[in-house]
Amino acid sequence: MVFSESRLKEIEEIKHRYPEGRHKSALLPVLHLAQEDHGWLPVDVMDEVAKVLDLHPIEVYEVATFYTMFHVKPVGKYVLEVCRTGPCCNVGAEELIIYLEEKLGIQSGETTPDGLFTIKPVECLAACGTGPVLQIGPKYHYHEHLTKEKIDQLIDDLRAKA
Amino acid sequence: MGKKILLEHVAVPGIHTLEVYRKMGGYESVRKALKEMTPDGVVEEVKKSGLRGRGGAGFPTGMKWSFLDKKSDKPRYLVCNADESEPGTFKDRYLMERIPHLLIEGMITSSFALGARTSYIYVRGEMMYVIRILEKAIAEAYAAGFLGKNILGSDYSLDLHVQPGGGAYICGEETALLESLEGKRGNPRNKPPFPAVWGLYGCPTVVNNVETIADVPWIVNNGGDAYAAIGIGKSTGTKLISACGNISKPGVYEIELGLSVEEFLNSEEYCGGIANGRALKAVVAGGSSVPILPAELILTTANNEKRLMTYESLSDGGFVTGTMLGSGGFIVFDDQQCIVRNLWNFTRFYHHESCGQCSPCREGTGWMEKVLHRIEHGHGKMSDIDLLVDVAKKIEGKTICPLGEAAAWPVASAIRHFRAEFEEHVRNPDSCVKKHLHRELVHAH
Repeated sequence: MVFSESRLKEIEEIKHRYPEGRHKSALLPVLHLAQEDHGWLPVDVMDEVAKVLDLHPIEVYEVATFYTMFHVKPVGKYVLEVCRTGPCCNVGAEELIIYLEEKLGIQSGETTPDGLFTIKPVECLAACGTGPVLQIGPKYHYHEHLTKEKIDQLIDDLRAKA
Repeated sequence: MGKKILLEHVAVPGIHTLEVYRKMGGYESVRKALKEMTPDGVVEEVKKSGLRGRGGAGFPTGMKWSFLDKKSDKPRYLVCNADESEPGTFKDRYLMERIPHLLIEGMITSSFALGARTSYIYVRGEMMYVIRILEKAIAEAYAAGFLGKNILGSDYSLDLHVQPGGGAYICGEETALLESLEGKRGNPRNKPPFPAVWGLYGCPTVVNNVETIADVPWIVNNGGDAYAAIGIGKSTGTKLISACGNISKPGVYEIELGLSVEEFLNSEEYCGGIANGRALKAVVAGGSSVPILPAELILTTANNEKRLMTYESLSDGGFVTGTMLGSGGFIVFDDQQCIVRNLWNFTRFYHHESCGQCSPCREGTGWMEKVLHRIEHGHGKMSDIDLLVDVAKKIEGKTICPLGEAAAWPVASAIRHFRAEFEEHVRNPDSCVKKHLHRELVHAH
């Protein structure tokens, strides 16, 4: 079962935000829910999204592959999305991405062998005054004024939680 | 202290709740508009105010509203653009996080003016926590009778929904945003027809930035003339400026339009001067897409007049010696910063964010990134510098949406004002003012 009963109810409510016949508008919100439940968006999950929204599967694939937040390949339990755009780089984002890579023993875009962490450099998160910044789905809380010490703490906390 | 319209109560504890927000006079514009004014009356005040779009283009809001196709019998929509993704810009996130009800109040009053019965706030998906804040505030507004059927006992009804994006800079372009809201890829539409005629679901639609809509309650409460009395000339009212980079006090500041750039940069009330006692090298005044200006041209115009924080003064001299107010994303570079490296970074951003629809942008942004990468990494040729100018020129004006210009202008302006630095990179790759990490970050997506 791709969606739980309560999720299906939630999806029905989302569809009501839009006028009659315009339920395709629910696609992005529903893809976020699907990713929250499954960690990423394998084809069978996207097909199920198509089914519940009465869309052709291709309509889901083309959208899921367009937007950077959707993972269409397997990722770790925690995707560490670190801003790599100019203002963050000028306050040390690149050094911190390298620190993360060395600490976790993987390159950006890769996942740790235990399946816990993926490092994913992303573009501007609108936190240029409080950079460097990192966020982790599905809640996407902002970790601002990032330092090596904060990264150590964050990784420890996530490992303890996992 | 300059006049505060948006952030006057930002420090009041609990201002994110309906209770405290109302105590500070919140939702008065909804009462006033619905009980004492006609929709056209509200549009008239917004026209009189001289308010201009705060997302970047600076188009007069009242005029945009008056383009809405009133003859059509289709539903009309108001869509708020909260896709804030322009590097250097973080004012809308700040506003929505701290005072969500200000945006909601603005949405209700503006929707009434435009005759919209359903409105949407499109928030970039990365700001999921802001979406939760807005949803909570909207629920409070429904419970208090400011949203839903027969608002405050009037015959006006409105539903307001928050829509998450999925991570795409291009969705800040209004027609790409509408495509995305319809559940599609964010490919900008050809214009005309403009959204005022053919917008969301093919219906007449107005798309306005968060800050623009948040200005409407004050205008309705105090009148368009009172708003127009703030600021200078055609730059009326206040503007949120998000300042970042090598300054003592990065942050979001509300300024009266007309403040001098020098005062904004150096006074303790705002940026507090360049950090660590360094010297100013350059400023990108309105988000990464606007032309970069060297220190001497950002503080004074080519005619040696004081440069002001207004649409007109910042663009004085055109793109030869001027820039744009843009989104208010004010990025400051000190004398340690490398212009070539920053430009390469921004160009990589535009390459990554090009939707791929138009060849000049899809291919050109990639070429510019590649050429800048080799100059920055010590493999550049002298001819590469003019090659960049040439590619930028061939993107500009040849694309469906302004992402083409957004990618071209930073390249053209950086080379115009800092050509010597590019040449020095080619001649002597190790001479760069800052010791870089010559290491590649993988393109993750």
